[in-house]
Amino acid sequence: MTKKVLDKFSVEWMQVLDENGRTDRKLMPKLAAKTVQKMYEMMVLTRVFDDKAFKLQRQGRLGTYGQSIGQEASAVGSAMALSKKDWIFPSFREHGVFITMGVPLAQYFQYWNGDERGNIMPADVNILPVSVPVGTHIPHAVGLAWAMKMKKERSVSAAYFGDGATSKGDFHEALNFAGVYKVPCVFICQNNQWAISLPFSRQTAAKTVAQKAVAYGIPGVRVDGNDVFAVYRAVKNAADSARKGNGPSLIECFTYRMGDHTTSDDSKKYRQQKEVDAWRKKDPIMRLEKYMIKKKLLNEKKKVKIWELANSIVDKAVREYEAIERPDPTDMFRYLYRDMPKELKDQLAEFQDTEKGKSSTKGA
Amino acid sequence: MTELTFVEAVNFALKQEMRRDKSIVILGEDVGRDGGVFRATDGIQRLYGESRVIDTPLSELGIVGASLGLALGGMKPVAEIQFDGFVYGAFDQVISHISRMRNRSRGRYSCPLVIRIPYGGGIKAIEHHSETPETYFSHVPGIKVVMPSGPYDAKGLLLSAMRDPDPVIFFEPKKIYRSFREDVPDGDYTVPIGQAAVKKEGTDVTLISWGSSVRTCLEAANSSDKSVEVVDLRTISPMDTDTILNSVQKTGRVLIVHEAPRSFGAGAEVSARIAERSILNLKAPIMRVTGYDVTTPYPKLEDYNLPDAYRISRAISKIMEF
Repeated sequence: MTKKVLDKFSVEWMQVLDENGRTDRKLMPKLAAKTVQKMYEMMVLTRVFDDKAFKLQRQGRLGTYGQSIGQEASAVGSAMALSKKDWIFPSFREHGVFITMGVPLAQYFQYWNGDERGNIMPADVNILPVSVPVGTHIPHAVGLAWAMKMKKERSVSAAYFGDGATSKGDFHEALNFAGVYKVPCVFICQNNQWAISLPFSRQTAAKTVAQKAVAYGIPGVRVDGNDVFAVYRAVKNAADSARKGNGPSLIECFTYRMGDHTTSDDSKKYRQQKEVDAWRKKDPIMRLEKYMIKKKLLNEKKKVKIWELANSIVDKAVREYEAIERPDPTDMFRYLYRDMPKELKDQLAEFQDTEKGKSSTKGA
Repeated sequence: MTELTFVEAVNFALKQEMRRDKSIVILGEDVGRDGGVFRATDGIQRLYGESRVIDTPLSELGIVGASLGLALGGMKPVAEIQFDGFVYGAFDQVISHISRMRNRSRGRYSCPLVIRIPYGGGIKAIEHHSETPETYFSHVPGIKVVMPSGPYDAKGLLLSAMRDPDPVIFFEPKKIYRSFREDVPDGDYTVPIGQAAVKKEGTDVTLISWGSSVRTCLEAANSSDKSVEVVDLRTISPMDTDTILNSVQKTGRVLIVHEAPRSFGAGAEVSARIAERSILNLKAPIMRVTGYDVTTPYPKLEDYNLPDAYRISRAISKIMEF
């Protein structure tokens, strides 16, 4: 015999909560009523924030912004499954993760308005600054998880990225390292099926992102990314398993980018409205509402209250954000080194002198 | 003759050359159906089809590395990197292979290809969308680095780049993609790679610049009471030393202006060439107005870092007062 099968693989898809708000009892994670409520509140807050950010950009009150509408279950469900001590390496569309982890909204607006101080996280929030070049941060999450393993700490790290990132070497190299060193890392792919104008079907010849885990010897699963319970369950299992020393996992949250890539993009140029409309029916918030109403965790009155509260939180954050003073321009020199080299000090002095001259010219 | 913006001139050059040279393929992220995030390739896929205007997976290394192979195989790839700050992942391919293929194979293989990169600040974009990386590439032997400052040169230099026997990195100043129009001939013409241009004649001081900073220099020069000459390098590597030295001989005073950080930047190379070959013509020290030695700031502080007419005028005064 010269040929034999060395290994066989299958790719699983998981859904817990369907579009009509029905759950699979066997797969439904055990969640306290208040946890479900928090999931809903965070998803609503994320949606309201997102909508406000979009409008502010259109009014010239915010910089370029990438909406996350439709992806709230992936962000909130995964963040809820992680602990505050875990480390998060975000891409640029993880608004729900920032919000769930307790990042002040005013500060997050600040980031999106091109103010570096928006990257300063509260001391108890372990979210690294947004990594803009696609996929480049995935190896960092592996390294941090590796350090946790070396230091025998119980924290895990989570890397967030999109379907586009899976075409980058960074993604593959990170998964390979994670597999080889069995580090406690959870790879969370928000497959929203569009990398600007490129549909997932042309991003890869593979059927799923999940199956890419196979090549690196780690578990991979695709979950319904608009189902907050499925996302929660998968990430919780992966984080628990990582914490126990069983190594990394890849979770593909299959969702949809309802908005444009960013406020600089016009998706009408490359995709059909009917595709977007079809996904509207799978809306993650609507779906959770249906479930909660069935379970008597929500009624119309309560729902209105939650949305009103989210609106007032966001409005308050906008007022705070818009009241923040401009950053000190010398900040651009201050964080490059712990101890500023002499030649940079000289440049800083030159800069200050120049700016002084500029303002006296303007005043004259 | 048509009045075109910079980005329209790029689009025009690509369309025209693709009709002439059937081996040209455009590849990059969102260059096809979407027409590029800056619309530089708008409408080209409709003209030449999906096999010649190719929307690739999201992989700069893949785009640039595969371009080398395409070039080896007889195609003429014109790759687009969506933003300056995304090219670094492909840098290995440029410095380890694209720049070396001719030399390594002792002339048997070459990889004539063009990598177009929108570069620079001034558009208030998020991090990694406003970088000025010409220095890194200019340091690599075996490639050419071009940085036009206006629509006419953009078309002429891009046509030259696509006909060049060697790899060319073509930086496009995104800040001036649409900010002004210039007469651009409808027909075929080229602007030679490696040739600087005197954009404004003067006798007191020479401003040497490239890319979008040339506009800023002209602004400062036109409002100056001194006679200011403005030299636009147009090509960073290989550098047109003769045009620089001719101007220095005339004015004896030099101010170099670039957007990239000052230390070890291309301005240092200009300065060294003048010092090496024309030091006795100098009436004042060579000065530089550049980005500071800082990471490109986010939009809120961006303007503080970009060279502006005020900084240039101030430096001109200092040089003149020396």
